[in-house]
Amino acid sequence: MAIKTEEMVLNMGPQHPSTHGVLRLELVLEGEIIQKVTPHIGYLHRCFEKHCEAMTYPQIVPYTDRMDYLAAMGNEFGYAVAVEKLLGLELPPRVEYIRVIMAELQRIASHLVAIGTYGADIGAMTPFLFAFRDREVVLNLFEITCGARMLYNYIWPGGLSHDLHPDFVRLAREFCVYFKPKIVEMNNLLSTNRIFIERTANVGVLPLETAINYGITGPMLRGSGFKWDIRKDDPYSVYDKFDFDIPVGTGKHGTVGDCWDRYDVRIREMEESVKIIEQALDQLPEGNVTSAIPKRIKPVVGSVYARVENPRGELGYFIMSNGTTSPYRIKVRGPSFVNLGIMDVLCKNHMVADVIAILGSVDIVLGEVDR
Amino acid sequence: MKEYFQNIWYGLFTVFVGMKVTFKHLFVPSVTIQYPDVNIKLPERERNRLYVNMDDCIGCDQCSRACPVSCIEIETVKCIPGEDLGKTSNGKKKALWVTKFNIDIAKCCFCQLCVFPCPTECIYMTDVFEYSEYERQNLVYDFVTLSPVEIEEKKLNYAKLEAEKAAQKAAAAAAPPPAKPDAKAEDKQ
Amino acid sequence: MIIYDLLIKFVNWLQSFFVQNPSVLLSDVLAMIISAALPLIFVLTFVLWAVLAERKVSAWMQDRVGPNRTGPHGILQTVADLVKLLQKEDIVASENDKPLFNLAPVLVFSGAYMAFAIIPFSFAYIGSNIDLGLIFFVAASGFVTAGILMAGWASNNKYSLLGAMRSAAQIISYEIPTLLVLVTIIMITGTTNLRTLSEMQTGFFWNWMIFGGPGLSAAKFLFIPFMFIGFIILYISTLAEVNRTPFDIPEAESELVSGFHTEYSGMKFAMFFLSEYANMFAVSALVSAVFLGGYQSPFGYIGNLLHITWLVPIEQFFWFAFKGIFFVLVQMWLRWTLPRLRVDQLMALCWKYLIPIAFVNLIIVGLITVL
Repeated sequence: MAIKTEEMVLNMGPQHPSTHGVLRLELVLEGEIIQKVTPHIGYLHRCFEKHCEAMTYPQIVPYTDRMDYLAAMGNEFGYAVAVEKLLGLELPPRVEYIRVIMAELQRIASHLVAIGTYGADIGAMTPFLFAFRDREVVLNLFEITCGARMLYNYIWPGGLSHDLHPDFVRLAREFCVYFKPKIVEMNNLLSTNRIFIERTANVGVLPLETAINYGITGPMLRGSGFKWDIRKDDPYSVYDKFDFDIPVGTGKHGTVGDCWDRYDVRIREMEESVKIIEQALDQLPEGNVTSAIPKRIKPVVGSVYARVENPRGELGYFIMSNGTTSPYRIKVRGPSFVNLGIMDVLCKNHMVADVIAILGSVDIVLGEVDR
Repeated sequence: MKEYFQNIWYGLFTVFVGMKVTFKHLFVPSVTIQYPDVNIKLPERERNRLYVNMDDCIGCDQCSRACPVSCIEIETVKCIPGEDLGKTSNGKKKALWVTKFNIDIAKCCFCQLCVFPCPTECIYMTDVFEYSEYERQNLVYDFVTLSPVEIEEKKLNYAKLEAEKAAQKAAAAAAPPPAKPDAKAEDKQ
Repeated sequence: MIIYDLLIKFVNWLQSFFVQNPSVLLSDVLAMIISAALPLIFVLTFVLWAVLAERKVSAWMQDRVGPNRTGPHGILQTVADLVKLLQKEDIVASENDKPLFNLAPVLVFSGAYMAFAIIPFSFAYIGSNIDLGLIFFVAASGFVTAGILMAGWASNNKYSLLGAMRSAAQIISYEIPTLLVLVTIIMITGTTNLRTLSEMQTGFFWNWMIFGGPGLSAAKFLFIPFMFIGFIILYISTLAEVNRTPFDIPEAESELVSGFHTEYSGMKFAMFFLSEYANMFAVSALVSAVFLGGYQSPFGYIGNLLHITWLVPIEQFFWFAFKGIFFVLVQMWLRWTLPRLRVDQLMALCWKYLIPIAFVNLIIVGLITVL
C-alpha cells in the first residue's frame, strides 16, 4: 500500500524575520514544494482613508507619510500633485525641481533598504549594513532640510514647508560623488556573486502577460522586460526636462522577469536617480517655495485621480471633494497592495526558501498594503 | 562540459571578489557614533520635543486647530477691562489669559504643523529627544505660567464681568425707555 | 606521550599521600580522565575568545564597532552572554518529547568534543593515539547528526523539523567528499594516525602535505596541484559539516527562525552554541593537521636553535593554535561575505561538483603513487 502523504500547512506568521512587516503567509507545502500561498493582510490597517474624511487637506500630509514609510517623499508628492490638480494651482519652478530632487533621493534610500534587506534575507548580512550606511547620508540630507529623517511633512499641496538649507546643494553633490563607487561595491559583493545568482535567477519568473493582467507596476513590471515608467509615459512635475533611462530586466543570468532581474532593475534605477539629481541640481532655479501655498484649501466639488512613480510602483490618489475643507473621500492605490496579489502565481512549485527570495523581490511595505 | 568548468571557475572567482571587498573593509574605520559618550550636534531645523514660550502666547488657538492628532488643548479666559497683560516680543498686545495649555507629547506626531500658524512664533520644536518618563501622565506637558489660584481668580473675574454685563442688560431692558425726542432735541441744540 | 607520562607521575605522587603502594590501574584511569579533560579547558577558552571574535570581526567588516562596553574592547562579552544564558528559564513545552529534547544538546556537544580526542595538540599531547584517527573523526561528525535530528524532532515544531531534516541530509552528503580527500591523503602517507601524519611533515613548510609531502621526489611536485584541489574540497566540505554559511541552512536565521534550535532556551541553547564553535575549531584543526603540517612550525624551532628542548612542544602548541585560529577566522570571513545556498543547490554542489572532482583527484593521485 502506498504511503499517504499529506500536505502540510505552514504559517509564515505575522512575526517572522523576513516578511517585511506584519504579513501572514499561509503556505500549503508538499514536502518542500509549495502548492499554494495565501497572504493574509490587515495587521497594520490604521484606517487612513476614513480618517482623512475628518481632517483638512494640509493635516492629511503627515498621514500620507506614514503609509509607505520607507518612501515618504513619494507619498507626499503624489498627494500634492493630486490636490494641485484639483485646485488647478500653478507652481513656481523652484518648487518642482526641489520636489524632484527629494523624490529621487528618496528613491535611492528606498531601494537601498530593498536591496539591503533582500541580501539579508538571502543570507548575506554585510550588504545590508553597507546599504544602511549609505542610506544614512541621504537621511542626513533630509534632516538638514526639514528636520526629520523618515516622516517628513515636507511636500505640501502648493509648495514646500521649508526652502533648501544653504548647505544642501553642496552636500547633495558630494553625496552623488560618494555614492557611485558604492553601487560598484554592492555589485561586487552581491549582484555578481555566484551564490546570489543561483538563489535568485530563474526563481519567481513573472511573464509579461501575467504582470499586465494583475496590474503590476514599478520595478516588478520593468523586471519583466516592459519599459513603463510614469515619469516618462505620463510625466508629472518637471520630469520631462531630464535625460534619464528606464532600466528593464534583460534576463542576463536566467529568464527575463526572475528575481535577479527585479533586483538588478532596482540597482540600475539608483544609478539613474543619481543622474537625475545631478541634472536637477545643475538646473535649479531661484524662487520662493512658499508663495503658492494657499491659505485655506477649499477645492470646488469634483474628483481627481493623480499618479506618481513611487519606488515600489504606481501610487495613485483618488480625491473626491464636496466643496469643504475636508475631502469627501480619498482612495489610495497602493502599489505594494496590488503587487502582493502576485505571490500565489509566482511561488507555485518553488521551495520554501524561494518564498523568501520572491517576497523580497516584490518589495512590499506593509504600511502601504494595509494603509 | 565547458559550462561545468565555467561554473566552477565563476563560482570560485566571485567568492574571492566578495572576500576581497570584505577584507578591505576590515581596515576602514567604523562609522559608528558612540552615542551616550559622543553627542553629535543636531541640525538647526531638527524636529523633536515641542516648547511653548508662554510669554508670547496670545491664546489664538491656531496651533491647536492645525494639529492633526489633536494633542494640544487650550483654554482661555477674556481679561476684564483695565487689566494689562503686556505685549508679546513682536509688539502684539495680549488680550486673553491662557488658563490651560496642555500638549500631550505622547500623541504628538512631530509634523510641525503647529509651528507655522503661530503669529508670534512662540511654539517651536527643539532638538531634545531624551525625555522618557516612567509614568505616562508625566508626558502631558503643561505650559501655563499662572498658578491654579490665579487661574481661579481670572475665571472669577471674568464670570463677575459677565454677570455685571448681564445684569446691566437686564436692567436696561426692564427700566422704561428714556424720552427719545427730548434727547434728540437736546443733541441738535 | 610526554604529557600523559607526566600525568601518570602526578597521579602517583597524589596517591602516595594516601596509600603506600600506588595502584597502577587507578593512576592509569585517573590520568586518562584528566588527559581527556585537558582539551575541554582548551575548547572553553577558545569559545570564550571565538564568540567575541566573531562579533568583532563581523563588525569590522561592516564598518561597525562591535561589543565594546563589557570590559575593554568587549573582552568580557562571552562571560556576559554565559551569565545571561545561565539565568534564563529552561522552557520545555508540554508536547515535546522530553527525553529526546533534553538529550539532544548533550549528544551534539559530545560529538563535537569527541573529535578532539584524535587531534594532536603538539608532540607532547594527543588525546588518544589510536591508529584510526581520521576515520574516527568522520564517525564523530556523524554523531552530531543524530543529535540534530533529535533536537528537530523533539521540538514539536514544523520549522525545527524542516531545519533538522535539511541538516541531516547536508551532513551525511558532505561526509563523502571529506572521506574521499582523506583517503587521498591516506594513500600518499599510508597512515590514518594524525600524530604520525603531523610527524611526517617535519622540517620546513615545503614538507607540508599541501606542497606534496615530505621528501624530495618527482612525485612530490606532481602532487602539488592535486593537493591544492584536495585542500579546497576538504575545506568546503568541512564548512558544510559544521553548518556554517554558505551552508547554514539548518540554522537559517531569516528563513527558519533558528532552525533546529528554535525551541531551546537557556543552558541548552548555550550547549548548541558551544558545540558549534568547538566543531569549527575541530575541523580547522583537522584541515591544518592534514594539509598544513598540524603543529609543525614552517621555519624550524627556536627551542632547537637555542638547544632548549622543552621549549619545542610549547612552540608546537602555539603553531597549532595559530593555524587553527587562522582557519576559524577564514570561516568567519566567509560567513559575513556570502549568501546562503538553498537546500537543493547545496546537494547539487556536493553530489555534482565536489564528489566527482574528489574522485578524479583520488584516482590521479593513486596513479601517481603507484607509478
